[in-house]
Amino acid sequence: MIVEVSGLHKAFGSTKVLDGVDLHVAEGTVTALLGPNGAGKTTTIRVLTTLLRPDLGSVRIAGYDVVREATRVRGVISLTGQYVALDDQQTGRENLVMIGRLMHLGRAAARRRAAGLLERFGLVDAMDRRVKTYSGGMRRRLDLAMGLVSQPRVIFLDEPTTGLDPASRTTMWDAVRDLVSSGTTIVLTTQYLEEADRLADRIVLINQGKVTASGTADALKSQVGGSRLDLRFTGAADLARAAALFGVPHGTDPLVLSVPSDGSAAHLHRVLDDLRLADVPVAEVSAHRPTLDDVFLSLTATGRTAIPA
Amino acid sequence: MTTTAVHGGARNAVSDSLTMIGRSVRLGRRNADTLVMSIVLPLLMMSLFVYVFGGAIDTGTRYINYVVPGIILLCTGYGAASTAMSVAHDMTSGMIDRLRSLPIRSSAVLTGHVTASVARNLLSTTVVVGAAVAMGFRPNATITDWMQAAGLLLLYVLALSWLAAGLGVIAKSVESASTLSFLMLFLPYLSSAFVPTDTMPSFLRAVSDNQPITPVIETVRGLLTGTPTGGTGRIALAWCVGLLVCSFTSAAWLYRRRTRR
Repeated sequence: MIVEVSGLHKAFGSTKVLDGVDLHVAEGTVTALLGPNGAGKTTTIRVLTTLLRPDLGSVRIAGYDVVREATRVRGVISLTGQYVALDDQQTGRENLVMIGRLMHLGRAAARRRAAGLLERFGLVDAMDRRVKTYSGGMRRRLDLAMGLVSQPRVIFLDEPTTGLDPASRTTMWDAVRDLVSSGTTIVLTTQYLEEADRLADRIVLINQGKVTASGTADALKSQVGGSRLDLRFTGAADLARAAALFGVPHGTDPLVLSVPSDGSAAHLHRVLDDLRLADVPVAEVSAHRPTLDDVFLSLTATGRTAIPA
Repeated sequence: MTTTAVHGGARNAVSDSLTMIGRSVRLGRRNADTLVMSIVLPLLMMSLFVYVFGGAIDTGTRYINYVVPGIILLCTGYGAASTAMSVAHDMTSGMIDRLRSLPIRSSAVLTGHVTASVARNLLSTTVVVGAAVAMGFRPNATITDWMQAAGLLLLYVLALSWLAAGLGVIAKSVESASTLSFLMLFLPYLSSAFVPTDTMPSFLRAVSDNQPITPVIETVRGLLTGTPTGGTGRIALAWCVGLLVCSFTSAAWLYRRRTRR
């Protein structure tokens, strides 16, 4: 485990922000910390990247303690924060070389590394322009490149795609996948379920300073329940008869009945056949697979009792 | 996967600081506001005082000979205000997190700003003195006098730059850093920089005579133009050293406190 967090507590004054976070990340994987605003995602990242001291608990990155061996931790990680951190009055190349020098690469090595990254992120044409002239997407790409100068073993990305247009978001996702394929470990935070679903090997749901669930996207989805068929009727009498037929509870508004399903075509056929034989007309059928939204809502809206983690 | 960071060591501390100094100098040079504030403004102020107000102010000497040390200290204040703002910019933007998550000496960030600030002041002072000579400033100082004056000014600039760095650290925004710097810009007016203090009402005069800028100005003026200094040299030196020690330690402490919650 390249990231090992146990019993992490952090309070600001009397406000508890982290209330016993446990987190284990395997090397070479993508982990997404998912949660609503104020859940403690950013605070977690700040403790893991040595920017904040934990009140309680142990945090080790690549075996180094974030408090006692902060400098060593800083030597193996990089942080790309929520807000782009670049010097507007320096050129793209100067920004990258500066980080290289601060990572104690030699002058020539820092220049080589900068050149490679500019190439990789499609910034060669703009490299000698000041960053203040860059577009939002270019700034994000350069910002990510800044985090790669040191070839870190663990990369922390705090909301890497917030505020990006769809094209830039896709570019960012590709960059993340690229990094993972070369063996880098990535821990990112996001408010976007789709992003977590598409990028992460493991999703960690954080709410009110605690980990409320974790696992692969599929495992989390199956925790909130299987697929279902929604049947819509035109009259309350039909709805009641269908409910009796399948033995499921129903309301009256809307005139929709939810029938648990295994998601197969055979089950759909059986349901429709049963309805036809019983002479109950159905207006509309739709199949639903649980999404991460269902997981997210069931875990954040109802407190944290819904699903055993 | 290679790990490129090398830890600790005096060589790294020096190289970190040099990198950060290079950064701050570059940023300062490219920031139009900073350049205007540290070069153009002092020249304008000097022209204003020499050509507009100077004729009406009786200092017992040619006014330009009187006013040059005051202008130098005034532009030091503007330079310091720029420094406070650029430190505040780093502290309130994501940059400080990026820098702090690197394996560098934390002192390198402030050292970079302060050194660049001193360098900028050196440049603006040279420009001011050069322009003053062109406008008729005729110092009668020996090499030793010049060196003593330069040494005292350097010490003063260093102290003020650390003070500015500290203000930049506690400021909640770039704007509030600029507001906090107001005192540094205002103090020269309440000193013997532009007019002798003996025409001021007695309470103002007490303030003027006992604040750090007056002895520094009197000493520099004495060294350059031979006016009597009345033993202000020691007082000036004490002020500068005291200010430097206080502002350096408090800036370092504030920085640690602000960044280590």
